[in-house]
Amino acid sequence: MNNDLNPALFYFLAAVMLLSALAIVYCRNLVYSALFMVVCFLSIAGLYAMISADFLAAVQIMVYAGTIVILIVLCIMITRRTTMERTNMPEKKYILRASVLAGLLFFLLAYIFVNSEVLPTTNNIIALSGDTVSGLADLLLGHYMLAFEIAAVLLLAAMIGAVVLAKGADEK
Amino acid sequence: MSYFAKIFILLIAATIFPIMAMIVPLIIQPRQPNKEKNSQYECGVDTVGRNIIRYRISYFLYAIIFVVFDVETIFLFPWAVKFNDLGLFALVEMFIFAGILAIGLAYAWKKGALTWK
Amino acid sequence: MHTGLLASLAAFITGLIESLLGHGFAAQLIMVLLEIIAIFAVISLAVIIQVYMERRICGFIQDRLGPNRVGPFGLLQTVADMIKLMSKEDIVPEKANRLLWGMTPMLLFIPAALVYAVFPFDEGAIFADIGIGVFFVMAIMSQGVLMFLIGGYASEDKYSFMGAMRAVAQMLSSEIPIAFSILAVVMVTGSLRMSDIVSAQTNVWFVCVQPLAFIIFIIAMLMETNRTPFDLVEGEAEIIAGPFTEYSGMRWALFFLAEYANLLAAAILTVTLFLGGWQGPFLPGIIWFIIKVLIVIFIFMWIRWTFPRTRIDQMMALSWKVLLPLALFNIMATGIGIYIYKWIY
Repeated sequence: MNNDLNPALFYFLAAVMLLSALAIVYCRNLVYSALFMVVCFLSIAGLYAMISADFLAAVQIMVYAGTIVILIVLCIMITRRTTMERTNMPEKKYILRASVLAGLLFFLLAYIFVNSEVLPTTNNIIALSGDTVSGLADLLLGHYMLAFEIAAVLLLAAMIGAVVLAKGADEK
Repeated sequence: MSYFAKIFILLIAATIFPIMAMIVPLIIQPRQPNKEKNSQYECGVDTVGRNIIRYRISYFLYAIIFVVFDVETIFLFPWAVKFNDLGLFALVEMFIFAGILAIGLAYAWKKGALTWK
Repeated sequence: MHTGLLASLAAFITGLIESLLGHGFAAQLIMVLLEIIAIFAVISLAVIIQVYMERRICGFIQDRLGPNRVGPFGLLQTVADMIKLMSKEDIVPEKANRLLWGMTPMLLFIPAALVYAVFPFDEGAIFADIGIGVFFVMAIMSQGVLMFLIGGYASEDKYSFMGAMRAVAQMLSSEIPIAFSILAVVMVTGSLRMSDIVSAQTNVWFVCVQPLAFIIFIIAMLMETNRTPFDLVEGEAEIIAGPFTEYSGMRWALFFLAEYANLLAAAILTVTLFLGGWQGPFLPGIIWFIIKVLIVIFIFMWIRWTFPRTRIDQMMALSWKVLLPLALFNIMATGIGIYIYKWIY
């Protein structure tokens, strides 16, 4: 998509993403926060689609906007007893510690972005043969094989942990 | 024009279409609200309390197992696309991957997490 | 190059527009807008036809007549219903969260319409033939349930909320079997692109290669589209109408529009993945496509009016203890099968 609309679309999506991210934090009602989370995730998916990472965009929509948000909303609705208003109130107590941590994280990220070689430049970008999905498969099953199998173990651990926790809650 | 630009335009159009569909009824519909008509539908009885009632934990269990399998799906799709070119090694690799998660499913099954109680 | 009827028509219209406006962004944009209008027209028309079909087939199966008064054979009944729904009062429940409540039916239409972007209606007649076609459909389809959840919550009604929770349970049980049965098809084709999947079925339909995946897919699709035997979401004998309980008039009609758009999408997906898409001998592609889609929709309706509704525990057990292990087994068997096939030849 190399035309004049490109930067405009990028700024539009980025603005939507940032505003909805702020709205997630500042909404007093968790259901609204969850909805803005969907908007945020969808605009991130839009950004992925703009840089031709189409599979990643679909994953973003399916896993984050589809599943994770549902999980969050479900958990809120299962655990709350009465009303959803005023469920996402600002917490003043940790504001100092949180801002220090956030500042540190910001400088760390900025440092990495400026100096690092992990970001795709023209030198280290891997030329994908064909479409993104098969390129991804080559990398996953070849170069990143170990990480791929570890991901399976991690998912297994998550599943077992959830079963143990929820069963414990069930028996009480 | 790229395919994703087209889909973006379709997204905008799909947002506008239902709003357009709402305009005509807004003009021609009658408006006579009254208290009985506008109360929540509960078979004629007055509503007691709010709608958020406690739900069973089974929903959460299913949901978390669902997330795990959802993530597995996204790993499996690239593999399936390249399956024909990758040979035996990739097949074995994926069998290990799917096998580990099948163990998880078997564990959840045995622990009764898949039983709706 | 040999192309289908729809693609030739599109090329003709493109030529017409370009002779008026020249090759440029404006001509492209107008063409895209025309295609979008065509998609919406297909959805609206299909909803009208499907509602009529549903009522007539239901009547036939239950040994009664069904609508037969308005127009020839009652064909205009759905149109009359549409006009009636438009002139109905829009009752806003007083305790509802008005913003979320009002938004839900409109938002529900968006994912229902977006999936049509990647469906191949005829040779060369795809709105956007993206490389991740099937995966895109799955990603968009997973969005629908959130609207049910929000609508059920915002109605501030216990029946709606129960329906919303059931919608989530239904989504949790339907999506993984769908994904895994599609996966088996993708393993055979080696591509997620919809046009590749159709052209891979030139010689043999995938329903013959992947019969188990086909059965799993059909059952899971019935869950995904909330149709009997899995219509727990709107089980009218139990929870009034589930998430739709508080809606009336046009908003209710929008729910139905999305529901029947999803049914058509399910039928199109079944035809594209397993029944050879638009391919067939003698007749043009679009005709074959319509015939196949109508047959699949008929089967869905036949199932709906034949089987009783399942309970939620039965549905969950069916999905997680039968369909999911079977689908996993099917993938492994397909993998070994393809490998042996390659080894022999």
